[in-house]
Amino acid sequence: MTKRKSSALVSVFIWGGGQFFLCRQKLKGLFFFLMQVLFIGIELLSGYWLEYFSGLFSPFSIRLHGGFFTKGLWGFITLGEQAGAKGGDHSTMLMIRGIISILVLLTFIFIYIWNIRDAFKAGKWIDEEGVYISSKESIKKTYEKSFPYIILIPIIILLVFVVFMPIIFSFLTAFTNYNKNHLPPAGLVDWVGFKNFTKLFQVPIWSNTFFSVFLWTIIWAVCATLSTYFIGMFQAVLLNSKYVKFKSLYRSIMILPWAIPQLISLLVFKNLLNGQFGPLGQLLIDLGLTKERIPFLTDPLLAKITVILVNLWMGFPMFMIMIQGILSNIDKGLYEAAEMDGASSFQVFRKITFPLVFKATGPLLVMNLAGNFNGFGAIYFLTEGGPVNPKYQLAGDTDILISWIYKLTLDHQIYDMAAVMCIILFIIIGGVSFWNFKRTNAFKEV
Amino acid sequence: MKKRLKAILINLELMVTSLIVIIPVIWIVMSSFNNGTGLATSSLIPKKLTLDNYRRLFQETNYVTWFKNTISIAVVNAFVSVILILITAWVVSRFKFKGRKTGLMAMLILSMFPSFLSMTAIYTLFITLGLNKTPLSLVLVYAAGAIPYNVWLVKGYLDGVPISLDEAAYIDGSSKINTFLKIIIPMSKPIIVYCAVSQFMMPWMDYILPNLLFTGESTKTLAVGLYSMISGKENSHFTTFAAGTVLIAIPITILYLIFQKYLVEGISAGANKG
Repeated sequence: MTKRKSSALVSVFIWGGGQFFLCRQKLKGLFFFLMQVLFIGIELLSGYWLEYFSGLFSPFSIRLHGGFFTKGLWGFITLGEQAGAKGGDHSTMLMIRGIISILVLLTFIFIYIWNIRDAFKAGKWIDEEGVYISSKESIKKTYEKSFPYIILIPIIILLVFVVFMPIIFSFLTAFTNYNKNHLPPAGLVDWVGFKNFTKLFQVPIWSNTFFSVFLWTIIWAVCATLSTYFIGMFQAVLLNSKYVKFKSLYRSIMILPWAIPQLISLLVFKNLLNGQFGPLGQLLIDLGLTKERIPFLTDPLLAKITVILVNLWMGFPMFMIMIQGILSNIDKGLYEAAEMDGASSFQVFRKITFPLVFKATGPLLVMNLAGNFNGFGAIYFLTEGGPVNPKYQLAGDTDILISWIYKLTLDHQIYDMAAVMCIILFIIIGGVSFWNFKRTNAFKEV
Repeated sequence: MKKRLKAILINLELMVTSLIVIIPVIWIVMSSFNNGTGLATSSLIPKKLTLDNYRRLFQETNYVTWFKNTISIAVVNAFVSVILILITAWVVSRFKFKGRKTGLMAMLILSMFPSFLSMTAIYTLFITLGLNKTPLSLVLVYAAGAIPYNVWLVKGYLDGVPISLDEAAYIDGSSKINTFLKIIIPMSKPIIVYCAVSQFMMPWMDYILPNLLFTGESTKTLAVGLYSMISGKENSHFTTFAAGTVLIAIPITILYLIFQKYLVEGISAGANKG
């Protein structure tokens, strides 16, 4: 038998065995062997396997006596078997632990496969070259080759646990019945497959609310983006005009909404527009313009217009600054040539300024659109999604998808339906951003 | 004549817009000096100015604690995030390794998932690990959450830094880490400033996550504290809220204006991904 085959075969059973016994790479072999010990050790010591084998008790049940991996997998598959706050199974806890143990298990499987491949490669080298490489050289070579991995491992672990794991949990929740009727630890959660998805599209109150909210989300995102974009551009063009005297004064004032923390602006506007005590309503009455207080934030249609206008106040300065920067870079010669040809200023704007600005800000515009689609703050902190619409399933007239999801989760504990909507939202946003990104150069250069 | 009219119209428009922009700002500043506590009594031009609201802010609320919590999260977060982002971006930009492209794509997709939608799991995770006692553990969520998007951003920037500089250093016998410290970091100052400032801002704005994860006075951040002041229907603490708002908005606004140039660059680079 060739060395590559025997070496790999030994490593299949004893991790690092091929490297250690056959290829004279003691250190590396030891490393793999330690991994095997660790793997088996975790399972044995975190469960009650040793007690079971020494005959202390029987029968063995994974639920009570399983180790990290077996119990994790069991919990993930069953989501708990015994209900009850005391001594019962906590379904969501089991699910999270299950996800974690699957991730760790995958890591060990990866190391195992790496171990066999490495044993095969080491043996092949000896077969072909007839010389042994020492562990030291091999480790040095591995270090050079795997330097990026060594640096990135801690960061990857952080990402997996704090970013990736919660997203997986969110996704999986969509396929369970995790809601206020099945709340752990008192109740058990079960896998229900695609039932929540069919419910969203077939139960009228859900599907009606979903499509109404979805429609308003699109209207909101488009209006919010385009209004800030065009007003921002308009202000930038005006500021650029040669007739303006105190350019920097105007600019410094108009830049303020961009610099002031958004949350603060929103809370200030919420009070300014307050239907009962708000000073703006009072002012309008004092001026004799209206007889009664205007319900800026509580009338369905008016509230929608208000949130778009407040968003305009907050959002246009960013585009104004961006576009001002672009305008200052446009070749002055173009304008001079246009002036000589007798073009009107509107023609100049339409034929020169706008195409150049649009080309430079296109990706930003799409990103802004995606951002507004998820523009939780502007909606929630102004109206909390209200006024409540009785025809909707737990949503208000100004609710966009993301604020509806937020309410379903935190106020009503309907986690399963919220998760379904999360997935839909993710597909939409991801699709648009990905399409936007694919057209840029960065994508081709990866 | 036509030109004259045009000049007047343009200036008029700018004046009106500036007024619309500045009136809410003046209103909140004036409210903070207003004599009286409720929203109903606040007006654009108060009859009597007083510092009572500021006094009340420090004596009757835990403003100082909130501020301390927030600023410690902000500073640690800016520091940790920049280190993590920069190292990852450097490795991804300068080394070719298996799984690099897949990893970058995975990060791109991850960055599109709104982070607070996964809050249920983060909440459970925090409780399981006992992290819901100290607000500083928020840094974990903020920093990890910032990695996917910002790594793309910084990678794009680093790709633009000539690789010949690194190679020259390697020829002189510099180690990888040393090259990173002596060449990459100084060269990427603008993008570091952008990441640091935007990460520093996180805890000042974020209401949802700290509100969900932490209960109790001593662990509140500023956003949560300020919001709680006006969550009642009558807003009877409105002027105190105004004082707290003004006090925090001023330094942040100044910070933004100082770093304006870097922030603008960062935003447009983000849209173009380098």
